[in-house]
Amino acid sequence: MNIYVLMKQTFDTEERIVIQDGQVSEDGVKFVINPYDEYAVEEAIRLKEKEGGTVVVLSAGPERAAEALRTALAMGADEAVLLSDDRLPQDEYSVSKALAAYLAAESYDLLLGGNFSVDHGAGQVAIRLAQLLDLPHASSVTKLTVSGGKAVAERDAEGDAETVELTLPALVTAQQGLNEPRYPSLPGIMKAKKKPFRRLTLEDVGLTEDDVAPRTERLSLSLPPERQAGRLLKGDPAQQAAELVSLLRTEAKVI
Amino acid sequence: MSRMLVVVAELRGGKLRQVSYEALQAAKTVQEDGDRITAVLIGSGLESEAQELASYGADEIQVVDHADLASYNPETYAAALLPILKAVQPHAIFFGHTALGRDLAPVTAARLQAGQISDVVAIHRSDAGPVFNRPLYAGKAFEEKRFTGGPMIVTVRPNNLPPAEPSGTTAGIIRTAYSPPSSLRTVIREVVRQMTGQVDLTEAKIIVSGGRGVKSREGFQPLEQLAAVLGAAVGASRGACDAGYCEYARQIGQTGKVVTPEIYIACGISGAIQHLAGMSQSRIIVAINKDAEAPIFQVADYGIVGDLFEVVPLLTEEFRKALA
Repeated sequence: MNIYVLMKQTFDTEERIVIQDGQVSEDGVKFVINPYDEYAVEEAIRLKEKEGGTVVVLSAGPERAAEALRTALAMGADEAVLLSDDRLPQDEYSVSKALAAYLAAESYDLLLGGNFSVDHGAGQVAIRLAQLLDLPHASSVTKLTVSGGKAVAERDAEGDAETVELTLPALVTAQQGLNEPRYPSLPGIMKAKKKPFRRLTLEDVGLTEDDVAPRTERLSLSLPPERQAGRLLKGDPAQQAAELVSLLRTEAKVI
Repeated sequence: MSRMLVVVAELRGGKLRQVSYEALQAAKTVQEDGDRITAVLIGSGLESEAQELASYGADEIQVVDHADLASYNPETYAAALLPILKAVQPHAIFFGHTALGRDLAPVTAARLQAGQISDVVAIHRSDAGPVFNRPLYAGKAFEEKRFTGGPMIVTVRPNNLPPAEPSGTTAGIIRTAYSPPSSLRTVIREVVRQMTGQVDLTEAKIIVSGGRGVKSREGFQPLEQLAAVLGAAVGASRGACDAGYCEYARQIGQTGKVVTPEIYIACGISGAIQHLAGMSQSRIIVAINKDAEAPIFQVADYGIVGDLFEVVPLLTEEFRKALA
């Protein structure tokens, strides 16, 4: 069972966002494996532990993403690949095309990724990749079993549970609830240092800057207007409840 | 030159979704003189829904109605949609940012080698073409984006754009035959409708949400009773989900769902930044918490310092009276 896991390094979800010179500032920010991708890494390692095979973690991103890949190696992945190139735009069309160019030459039974990234949150790259590689896919998966050349996935479709059967090779994206990711162990961290870690540029995957020219561009970036703390209601609980309903009707005009 | 704008409409529980009218309005916002709008409806048994959609201002409705399309499957739905897109050569395609749209839009984008702007909350026109506003970090920041080349593929977040209104005209309905894909590698074995009769979180106008303060699975009962009176959806914080009080499908936050209802009632939720990211764009926020220092009160329009197990049943009673 050969598995590739698509990973992105993202801001920790407890971080505040600061905009400086029109960019999101990365100063002093704690980075993590995108939480949804972490479920994908965990699931891949569990499948390998059960079925044998290898787990390769793959990321397209800045050099700092190496740290997230090393964490995945310490969790139990076997190899890491970082496609890092300043000429690769952060457009989902471009990123999926570059990842597809790399994966087209590899062999695998399963691709696993997160449902979406908690930073850009577009949820496009993994599904685009399935199409570019002509693979069946299931997104937002909360349960996965693999046997006999098939994957059976339970997916969350707005609270409804769908059971989907895919013919391998296939791509699956992880939703919360799929598993409980492990922490890297100390021996795991020591072993990770000796595991293969490849770095690739656009040339290495046979693409030029023109091939990955973006289809969208950012025009501006802003913070949402700050919310003002409102008012604390007074009186005993019954009075507060009555006042709230009255305020929602007369002041906020929402009921 | 006449350009074609396509809206992929969607049903839930046999009814057209509110977000599909919002996607139709998104197309109208982008529409210029001479542009035509086609609304596409894919599914099984769509007669009355197609008639209904026809009165909301699209120029034509294309219906792909087949028993194989009763449940969403990326392969069959792509086989239904792509021939239509190939025929009309759309300038732009709009989906709801729903379970279906989040899945089918990137399938379409990859097949058309197109750009996609996901989870759009506002659109305005500029000399350089339409500009799309979308959240980053689940709403901790926002970016404005545009397309550098076509076709444009957009998913719109429910509850943010105004819905299209009935137009007083009726569009023609075109039925398109469905040819199944030659090899089907995805099979939907079972669909368990767990949310039947319940309001979907992302489209809900009112959400009642519980955190660690709810204390147990049973502790959600008073929240569910309040939600039933309000026609609201029930959500939860990560703390409540991690503690096992609630399934993850209800989680609101930076991991989880991002919601923008008219009223968000946070019960026993302290207000961690990851939760605030998912709900702080709600129009009115009400917080009920025992701890007067809880950060949730910093973003709440109305706060009640008190025990949710005492306050929520009283609120349910007050709303029942007020809405009677």
